Amino acid sequence: MGCELAQTRLHAYLDGELDATGSADFNQHLRNCPVCAGALEEEEALRQGLQQARLYSRAPAGLKLRIAESLPGIRAQKSAGLGLISWRWFAVAMALLLAAFVGWRQLSIGNQRTAAVVAAVDAHLRSLQPGHLADVQSTDQHTVKPWFDGKLDFAPPVRDFSSADFPLLGGRLDVIEGRTVAALVYGRRKHFISVFVEKAAPDTSWSGSGEAQGYHWTAWNKDGFTFCGVSDVSSADLNRLKELFIQE
Amino acid sequence: MATDVLNEDDRSRFEAIVMPHLDAAYNLARWLLGGRNEAEDVTQDAMLRAYRFFNTFHSGDARAWLLQIVRNCCYTWLQKNRKWVDVDELDDASVPREKETPETLAISLNDRERLTRALEQLSPHFREILVLRELEGCSYKEIAAITSRPIGTIMSALARARQQLRVLLIAPASKEARLGL
Repeated sequence: MGCELAQTRLHAYLDGELDATGSADFNQHLRNCPVCAGALEEEEALRQGLQQARLYSRAPAGLKLRIAESLPGIRAQKSAGLGLISWRWFAVAMALLLAAFVGWRQLSIGNQRTAAVVAAVDAHLRSLQPGHLADVQSTDQHTVKPWFDGKLDFAPPVRDFSSADFPLLGGRLDVIEGRTVAALVYGRRKHFISVFVEKAAPDTSWSGSGEAQGYHWTAWNKDGFTFCGVSDVSSADLNRLKELFIQE
Repeated sequence: MATDVLNEDDRSRFEAIVMPHLDAAYNLARWLLGGRNEAEDVTQDAMLRAYRFFNTFHSGDARAWLLQIVRNCCYTWLQKNRKWVDVDELDDASVPREKETPETLAISLNDRERLTRALEQLSPHFREILVLRELEGCSYKEIAAITSRPIGTIMSALARARQQLRVLLIAPASKEARLGL
């Protein structure tokens, strides 16, 4: 009885940590190994139980405020005195102003792609405000997809990935840098993922991946569309959703 | 070293990069410490520490960086309050495999109370790794960074944590003896 892989590789497979080849190999193994197939079922049941039990504890509302108030900032150092010292502060302020101006110039001259990513992250943040998550709330891709009809000059690809634990929650319209784009909303445990979709265009689209304002983002292209996923889930989870879109 | 002279730019950068992970910080503290009050205090403490050491964070995974600090603060608190004897349970492979009764397990899995209790009964090392993976959605690489363990050990540690959780779900009564608490 037993298969060594049930205690090792099975878990990397379950957690999406195997690369494409490793994953395909293990799929093959699952077909021939009833021990691993049974163990996988058990592990998936355990995971489902953990995730459905709403065990995540969000920080109480007052805590954030308390922390913000207790951070020692420059505001707390005002008692430094006046007179000569204020010239030093004036010089510092001027230097900061200059640095900010140079930074701003570089940002504005710099590539539009950065701005597009920032706009996408902002749009995601906006959507997290109460009541802004989705204009059409449905887990059914056949409800969400027609909702976009006539609202955009393209038909965004809408897919539900519930089977991979990325349930479709709905869709909405967002304006990114003056262009109307489709936003698909997915759930991942207690977190939300916005996937922005627009027609691919060489100069304005998102590309690459990274972190901005504490959120991960990743962009990809498929079938003439550019996608940009934004969320506070791990980059591994975000990449998994990207793979699902690409494999579709 | 830490510095107290973070300027306004640093502060807004901290608020933009680190503060969004407050929920993650609190959730980890809550599961490691048990009580809500303790979790609030230690989270606040950890946030202040993170702020003081913010100039040591250059770029990369802000959540993992913060959670590493939170974890350290939690363990310091646990040791100071004698809630936990420092034994590295991950090295202890002797988890007795009980005869599994699938029906009991299936019932337990649908019972939030029992799941919570079983998770709380796990040793901190197993508990944190499950919380990071299943509730926080961290990758192995992130878990390795947060818990200061080699990435190669994360997979087998998760395997044992899940196995032990299952055992606790089936036979919650005998846990003290097993975990030596």
